[in-house]
Amino acid sequence: MGMNLQQVVFGILSIISLITALGVVFSKSPVTSVLCLILTFFTIAGHYVMLNAQFLAVVHIIVYAGAIMVLFLFVIMLMNLNAEGEPQKRNWLKYAGAISGGALLVVLLAALREASLPSLTPASNDIGLIANLGQTLFKTYVVPFEVSSILFLSAMVGAVVIGKKEH
Amino acid sequence: MQVDWFFILEKVLLITGVLIISLVVAMYSTWGERKVAGIMQDRLGPNRAGPLGLLQPLADGGKLFFKEEIIPGASNRFLFILGPSLAMTVACMTSAVIPWGDTLTIAGHTVSLQVADVNIGILYIFGVVSLGVYGIMLGGWSSNNKFSLLSSIRAASQIISYELAMGMALIALLMVTGSLSLKDIVEQQRQSGVWNVFVQPLGFIIFLICSFAETNRSPFDLAEAENELNGGYHLEYSSMKLGFFLFAEYINMFISSALMSTLYFGGYHIWGLDSLHVSPNIVTILGTLVLFIKTICFIFFFMWVRWTIPRFRYDQLMRLGWNYLIPIALLNMLITGGWILWHQH
Repeated sequence: MGMNLQQVVFGILSIISLITALGVVFSKSPVTSVLCLILTFFTIAGHYVMLNAQFLAVVHIIVYAGAIMVLFLFVIMLMNLNAEGEPQKRNWLKYAGAISGGALLVVLLAALREASLPSLTPASNDIGLIANLGQTLFKTYVVPFEVSSILFLSAMVGAVVIGKKEH
Repeated sequence: MQVDWFFILEKVLLITGVLIISLVVAMYSTWGERKVAGIMQDRLGPNRAGPLGLLQPLADGGKLFFKEEIIPGASNRFLFILGPSLAMTVACMTSAVIPWGDTLTIAGHTVSLQVADVNIGILYIFGVVSLGVYGIMLGGWSSNNKFSLLSSIRAASQIISYELAMGMALIALLMVTGSLSLKDIVEQQRQSGVWNVFVQPLGFIIFLICSFAETNRSPFDLAEAENELNGGYHLEYSSMKLGFFLFAEYINMFISSALMSTLYFGGYHIWGLDSLHVSPNIVTILGTLVLFIKTICFIFFFMWVRWTIPRFRYDQLMRLGWNYLIPIALLNMLITGGWILWHQH
């Protein structure tokens, strides 16, 4: 066997992420879907750790698994969405979905047929570590970083305005 | 493949040790809670099982194991069991990044008394704390009881609200220490001899209040306000599954006490310990003892508050979190930033 430990771990992680990602789509109950999605996020965080990007991995878990998915669960639990309550889709909708999905697949295949991945030569393996990431974000990319934070602020203000409208 | 067996053995032993100690401390916290309550209310507290009632936790545990286990008919069985299991697992996970002591030297090997010295220790704690909500939410929802659901949503929104202020208090601490590794934070306090609580008093108070809210302890224990609301998200639980939910609270209390001692009270450092003329191993062991004494003082503080201060109303709780703690935490960050800038020039 020419595989080293990293490849084995990568293989296991990838298999789990694929299975759980399929579980999100195929499970009938929305709560199971959300739980599968949380597992998918964990395996993706595992991939980040394999790439020596611990900071990204942990932030990924905090933001997606810890915050966004909790909101998803909140909504699903409060609306009490059940497998039985899911409205049955009409047949023509299913066909339309299948045809447009197939068309997208053809376009993607045509676009990617010629594509080849240039071998990656990262400047450094440690870019995902928090110290280096901080230097890059706050020195090289400080303007886009701050602009994106203003974008988030405006989204928050917008949400507050919509929430206050009733009063 | 080259495998360092000594390293693996060391880590396995350390993880087992930390887990067992967490469980034992949590177990005897339930005893301590009753004793403290007893003394404060001029009663004796548990005194039947064993000397001073010391076997009471074992008797309680045995009782919980042998009680009839009821899973509600209309509940989601898998999620119903997953809820308390998650609560327990998540409660045990934080202990991995806490440095329980300095290094020991055993037969030429240097053994660190910390399971994982990752350079993102504080963020790891954040991540684990933010996962703590799932046990509560899944438990409450899968019971298929609207009172459990309401209570779990109440508990979850409480935890999410106080996470924000807690995070901001930690950011101010980070600005001072410049490191996310808990080991570094302790070593800095040890080298300078100045505990972070003197540098960040406001941040510590915010962190302390948020710890009470995060662990669902009084005065924020709306999750189990039996008299005026209902039994909480674990309303439908019985037997050891209920025990897991209650036990997870005590583990959380132990871990957040250890965390506060580590972040703000010097961890395993005490003045004068390093100038003792004894071997480094003994200094390390004494340091670990010091950390545990600090932790137990905090656990006592948790209990003291529980039997002193009445419970908040839900709207008061939310107002305290969003209208007072978060602005104060932001102000603390601003002051800390200004102070650092002023020191640099």
